[in-house]
Amino acid sequence: MSEKIPIGEKVLMKGNEAIGEAAVQAGCRAFFGYPITPQNELTAYMSRRMLEEGRAFIQSESEIAAINMCFGAATVGERSMTSSSSPGISLKQEGISYMACAELPVFYVNVNRGGPGLGNISPAQSDYFQSTRGGGHGDYRVIAFAPSDVQELYDFTMLGFDLADKYRNPAMILADGILGQMMEPLVLRPYEPIPDLPSKQPWRLGDPSTPDALLITSLILNTGGMEERNLMLQKKYDSIVENETRYEEVMTDDADVVMVAYGTASRIARSAMETAREQGIKVGLFRPITIWPYPHEPLNKLADRVKNMLVVEMSLGQMWEDVRLAVEGKARVHLHGRTGGGVPTQPDIIRDLKKVLASKDGEIVRNF
Amino acid sequence: MTQRIRCAGFGGQGIVLMGRLIAHAAMVEDKHTTFFPQYGAAMRGGTANCSVIVSDSAIASPMVEEPDVVLIMNGPSLDKFESTVKPGGWIFYNTSLIDREVERDDVNVIKVDANDIAKEVGTARAANMVMLGAFSKKLGTLDLDTLMSSLDVQLHGKGDKVMEMNREAMRRGAALVE
Repeated sequence: MSEKIPIGEKVLMKGNEAIGEAAVQAGCRAFFGYPITPQNELTAYMSRRMLEEGRAFIQSESEIAAINMCFGAATVGERSMTSSSSPGISLKQEGISYMACAELPVFYVNVNRGGPGLGNISPAQSDYFQSTRGGGHGDYRVIAFAPSDVQELYDFTMLGFDLADKYRNPAMILADGILGQMMEPLVLRPYEPIPDLPSKQPWRLGDPSTPDALLITSLILNTGGMEERNLMLQKKYDSIVENETRYEEVMTDDADVVMVAYGTASRIARSAMETAREQGIKVGLFRPITIWPYPHEPLNKLADRVKNMLVVEMSLGQMWEDVRLAVEGKARVHLHGRTGGGVPTQPDIIRDLKKVLASKDGEIVRNF
Repeated sequence: MTQRIRCAGFGGQGIVLMGRLIAHAAMVEDKHTTFFPQYGAAMRGGTANCSVIVSDSAIASPMVEEPDVVLIMNGPSLDKFESTVKPGGWIFYNTSLIDREVERDDVNVIKVDANDIAKEVGTARAANMVMLGAFSKKLGTLDLDTLMSSLDVQLHGKGDKVMEMNREAMRRGAALVE
């Protein structure tokens, strides 16, 4: 069956399915899933494709079981993956924290839905804090991509597996119900691993050629041991910040106001920008592509000349906090936030852009 | 050229398939396209709708707030979406199942007795194809032949008889507006 996948060609695919195919191409050996809308097409796709490829697919008894199956696969050095949507991702946090501590690679996907609680099944970005602050307990971070189209879902899934392996750390995609459910053309590019992927041989379990006994654990009870582990992890995180921060700037050169938005919200903001420019409003767009590591430095530089920023997000000020941290008071940071399945509209964004440009020193525009 | 399209009807009428065919044909014609279905707790008999954008340039927002074109397959969908159409836009609606007139006078209205024509072809289930045929012929957004070849891809595995009925339904829809 796999020869039917037209690698290298342009195809029309659902976001959720594009993630699945990218994972298959990137050599994911085991997928552990549990159903939840709006990511179900991903689990369904993998249930078919993984078996076609002779690899493992397990619909686990719970989300918690799925992430711990990933833990097991990772200890023997195999690429594995899980996916869910907001409440299910909350359940996985314990396992993710354990893997971050034990320095085990895993790639996972959150197709964000409305929350808190069981919430609803509508698109949202309200798991921003969870994605960018580690998510579970303890002093750790996960590499978090925020794709804005189906091509990026595909590309960053491949890169996510690579970076998880390179840094021996969990990596994830934060998508939302719109990205997961929408279809658009994408090129199914062949998988090419990043050049500097280290071998797993020195640490993975079950390799008879490894001479010494190995221990993979997240329990560190000896005096000072946990602090030592955390400082070592922190060094790794510093290197991730330095090397893996990704962002895009659009029409910021002459901008009087810059919108900061990621994922689906960035696409709506971009359309609003195009319409607003036709009306003579000089507006630009700054799009974080990784939300951890966050592009604090380039935003800080931008704030040297742009004194007003409007954060457009499908949550109530979660990324707004990062932008405020980034600009260090050099710019006023305004907020257009929707929540619980509400999606920003172009007319509302343009209304707020006009409010921002008419606002006085010290004033912060907020739509709610 | 950018055309924002909404397809709407009840679950089981093939609303999502209509959208997928438009998006697939647009891709084959090297246009930019996005497709977004209403998703979730939908079921056969409930309402279903999807948004498709076809453009000569890159598409930022996939959301269709003010459609240029609506393809309406049942009464509740006309009630819901008539007011959303951009002035000067197009309402195609299924007169087999909708017995009222469009109230707006600032839009173009095309009546398509989709179910009745589809029945003549052999199955009322091809009413969506009649509508697609009328849409593509009238507005020229996509070539009818491209839509038919996309049908082969999207309905892959259905028998020759079903495929031919669907193609014929498209042709009949196109003939209606010629």
